[in-house]
Amino acid sequence: MKRSIILAMAIVASLPLVASAHKAWLLPSQTVIAGETPWITVDAAVSNDLFYFNHVPLQIDTLAIIAPDGSRMAAQNGSTGKYRNVFDVELTQQGTYRIGTFNNSVTATWEVNGERKRWRGDASKLASALPTGAQKLEVGQNISRVETFVTNGTPNETALKPSGLGLEMIPVTHPNDLFAGEESTMRFQIDGKPAAGLKVEIVSGGTRYRNAQDEIAVTTDANGEIKVTWPNAGMYWLDATTEDSQVSIPQASKRRLGYVATLEVLPQ
Amino acid sequence: MRVQLTIALSGLLAMPAYSADFEVNIEIPPLKVAEYHRPYVAVWVEGADQKAAANLAVWYSNKDNKEGHGTKWLPDLRQWWRKSGRTLKVPVDGITGPTRPAGKQVLRLDTHTGQLAKLAPGRYTLVIEAVREVGGRELLKIPFNWPANAPHTGKVEGSSELGTVSLSINP
Repeated sequence: MKRSIILAMAIVASLPLVASAHKAWLLPSQTVIAGETPWITVDAAVSNDLFYFNHVPLQIDTLAIIAPDGSRMAAQNGSTGKYRNVFDVELTQQGTYRIGTFNNSVTATWEVNGERKRWRGDASKLASALPTGAQKLEVGQNISRVETFVTNGTPNETALKPSGLGLEMIPVTHPNDLFAGEESTMRFQIDGKPAAGLKVEIVSGGTRYRNAQDEIAVTTDANGEIKVTWPNAGMYWLDATTEDSQVSIPQASKRRLGYVATLEVLPQ
Repeated sequence: MRVQLTIALSGLLAMPAYSADFEVNIEIPPLKVAEYHRPYVAVWVEGADQKAAANLAVWYSNKDNKEGHGTKWLPDLRQWWRKSGRTLKVPVDGITGPTRPAGKQVLRLDTHTGQLAKLAPGRYTLVIEAVREVGGRELLKIPFNWPANAPHTGKVEGSSELGTVSLSINP
C-alpha cells in the first residue's frame, strides 16, 4: 500500500509542494475518536479555499504518521486523484497521533550559456544535477511541515515531541483539546529555540461560504508563544513562514521555513 | 454490565432501604422525527475548577451494530468525553448503563457510598449532557453546595434533547 502511494506521488512530483499563495493541508475525517482500532481517513490537498479540493493534491511522499508510542506507522489505502491524495490510518493504539509531511529540499537556479534553469530536489542530488559551466548559481534551502493531530481515547504527548530541525509547533494546549471560546497556547521553535516575533496566520474552514478570509493574525512573544481564543467551532488552518540564513547546505544562502497545521475546534 | 439497582428504580417502585437523598430527574422528551435513536446521556459533577469530580451516570449503547461498537459515539458527549470519558474505561459498574427511552428518568443516588461519598465539601455543578444520533446535543447545569445542610432543589429546562431536569438533595 505504501508503495502505491509513493508510485502515485511520482505522478504529481513535478507539481510544486506548496504553490505560492496556495494553502497546503491535511484534513482528517475526525480528530477525537474512541474505539479498539478505529479508522480515520485523511485528505491531502493544496488549494486556495479551505478546505476544498480544487487545485492539486498535496505531495505525501514524505508522510510520517507518528503513533502514540512514538513509533512510525504506514498509511493505508492510498489513492491519488486529480485534486487530492487520500489515505487511511488505523488507530491501533490509544493516544495521540501526529500525521504530517516533512519537506527538506533545495531550490537552485543557474545559467548555462545565458539560459536560466530552475531545479528543485533533494540536497544530495544537487551536485549531480548541476551541469559543468553553470553560472549565477543561487541555492535556497526549504524546510516545511504540514501536520494534523488525531487522538484515540486518552490524549498523550509522545508523538508531539519536536525534532529540533526547522520550524516546529509545540502544542502547549493539547491539539485535540481545543474548544470554541477558550484560549489555547502554542509555542513555535526554530531548530529547537523559541521563534520570537514569528507571524502566524489562522483561517477557519468554510471560506467558500463567507466573503472574507477572517484570518486571525498573531505574532509570537519572546518565548515563541501565541495565545488564540477560538471564535467558533470548526476546522482551522494554521500557517507560519519565515526565512533565515541557518542553512545546512554549503551552496545555499537562504533558508525558507514553513509550518502548517490543521486543527479542529469543538463546540462547547 | 448491569444497571445499578438504585438507578433502575423508578419513583413508582418501593423506596430502597437507605434514604435516597440525592435525586436527579431527567426528562427525555419524545420527539416526532423520522429516525429516532435514544440519546446518549452523561450525568456528572464538576468542581469549581470545572473539572469532573464524580461520574454519576452514563447511558450509552454497549454493543455492536453494523456501524461499529456503541462506544464509537461516546466522544459525541463532547464535554463529558473531554472531562472524564476519554480517561475512563467503560463500562463502569454502577455508573454506565444502557440508553433510556423518552420519558421521565430518575437517578437516585446514595450519598453514603459511591461517587458522592468521595466529594469534598464545596461548590459543585451537576452537569447533564445528552446527544442523539442524527439529532442534536444539549448540556444543562445545576449548581449546588456539598454537603447540603438543608434540603436543596434546582431545576433547569432543556430546549431540544432534554426536557425538565431537576436536582433534589435531602440531607
